[in-house]
Amino acid sequence: MCEVKVITGTSAAAEAAKLADVDVIAAYPITPQTTCVEKLADFVANGELNAEYIKVESEHSAMSASIGASAAGARAFTATSSQGLALMHEVLFAAAGMRVPVVMMNANRALSAPINIWNDQQDSLSQRDTGWIQLYAEDNQEVLDLVIQAFKIAEDEKVLLPVMVNLDGFILTHTVEPVTLPKQENVLDFIGTYEPKHAYLDPKKPMTQGALGDPNYYMETRYAIETAMENAKKVIADVHDAFAEKFNRAYGNGLIESYNLEKAENVIVAMGSICGTIKDMIDLKKKEGVEIGLLKIRCYRPLPIEMIKDALKNAKNVAILDKSISLGMNKGAIYADVASHLKDKKTVNYIVGLGGRDITPEDILGIYDDVEISEDGKTNWIGLKEE
Amino acid sequence: MVNTGTIIYEPGSSAKNKTGSWRVFKPVLDQDKCVKCENCYIFCPEGCIQEKDGKFEIDYDYCKGCLICEKECPVKAIKAEREEK
Ligand code: SF4
Ligand code: SF4
Repeated sequence: MCEVKVITGTSAAAEAAKLADVDVIAAYPITPQTTCVEKLADFVANGELNAEYIKVESEHSAMSASIGASAAGARAFTATSSQGLALMHEVLFAAAGMRVPVVMMNANRALSAPINIWNDQQDSLSQRDTGWIQLYAEDNQEVLDLVIQAFKIAEDEKVLLPVMVNLDGFILTHTVEPVTLPKQENVLDFIGTYEPKHAYLDPKKPMTQGALGDPNYYMETRYAIETAMENAKKVIADVHDAFAEKFNRAYGNGLIESYNLEKAENVIVAMGSICGTIKDMIDLKKKEGVEIGLLKIRCYRPLPIEMIKDALKNAKNVAILDKSISLGMNKGAIYADVASHLKDKKTVNYIVGLGGRDITPEDILGIYDDVEISEDGKTNWIGLKEE
Repeated sequence: MVNTGTIIYEPGSSAKNKTGSWRVFKPVLDQDKCVKCENCYIFCPEGCIQEKDGKFEIDYDYCKGCLICEKECPVKAIKAEREEK
């Protein structure tokens, strides 16, 4: 039988890594990720998890060690946040290029300066072009479920790409919720053991990984990653469906989740924990006969743009919420990616919650009212204090 | 084609992997001017100048066009030509 524990998002990620029976954890603590790697250190120290725990001196080393472990054939897990993820930036490309199926939890947090430990999604969205699959959780149960699914997605032979599971800092990382933990034998039965066919450490069959690729070869490596990203869309959906079948929990089609999209003309596109608040507001307004739709993006890379277009076919006015900002563009990354494919609709960008600024239910209702009157292509900063 | 993850399954296989694709200028050796001093052979950082039957020859499969050989030749027997694409 399943076990229900009341735990934080970081604990949910740690429990999922334990259930996946990871072989190597290389990690450096950073707020608000710390409690995840502390929990994993406990598991290893208590003998609950038989894994090698590498204490590294920085996130750059954490990622490097994870890549090395994965390239040697181990199931590797790490976790980071914000400045730590930024410090990994250089090596994130190596992980994708070497096609190592590392799974990483990232606690979404704002970037300096000023120093800010609170939540927004600038850190992971700044890494969108590194070749990592990026998944976003709405609640702690989804964190656990996504980390389990992430291993199966990453290790699929048609994919072989690293996967980043994102959860909003503090909102999920430090908030306790009831989380259902499946039995480990069922999880391992679902994921299978990692048996690398393309890379493994065997002194009898030496190989070189991550070697020089001159102009004759490099472009093909990028195209191969792009092809794997395209394959990943189906794999993510299939893994989601198989998970739903086995564990009885489903999230849309695995890549996107539609909520009340059929009748609503005014719809909101969002990602992460804010979707919970939006769903509550949708339920509230529905009682008054007002229809608001939500399109939750669960998978940001690869971006399932055809599915998004199809899900929004009945929408007229689309409010795209971004917890990040591309400075100098006055647009968030999600808007930039999505709105360019919605030429027949009015799209408005809302910059929300930067550096942990609260996003209230009233803000959501305000956005709903505003998207109808705001002009097409506009960017509105929500909750900005004006002198 | 490129293996997944650009893995090279045969370490030491560089003899098979040609690396001379970077060249902008191509060193061309004039056998008539050459006094066989071996300077180019000694200084080529790629080790791609060989002595064959008493003549020095440049292996263009590996020559990167750094033109050190051109600089080092005391009798200017090596001339740089723009690489034809
Ligand atoms: S150009 Fe450079 S690489 Fe080519 S033969 Fe001369 S020294 Fe060697
Ligand atoms: S350096 Fe010039 S002269 Fe000497 S061997 Fe080379 S080509 Fe001949």
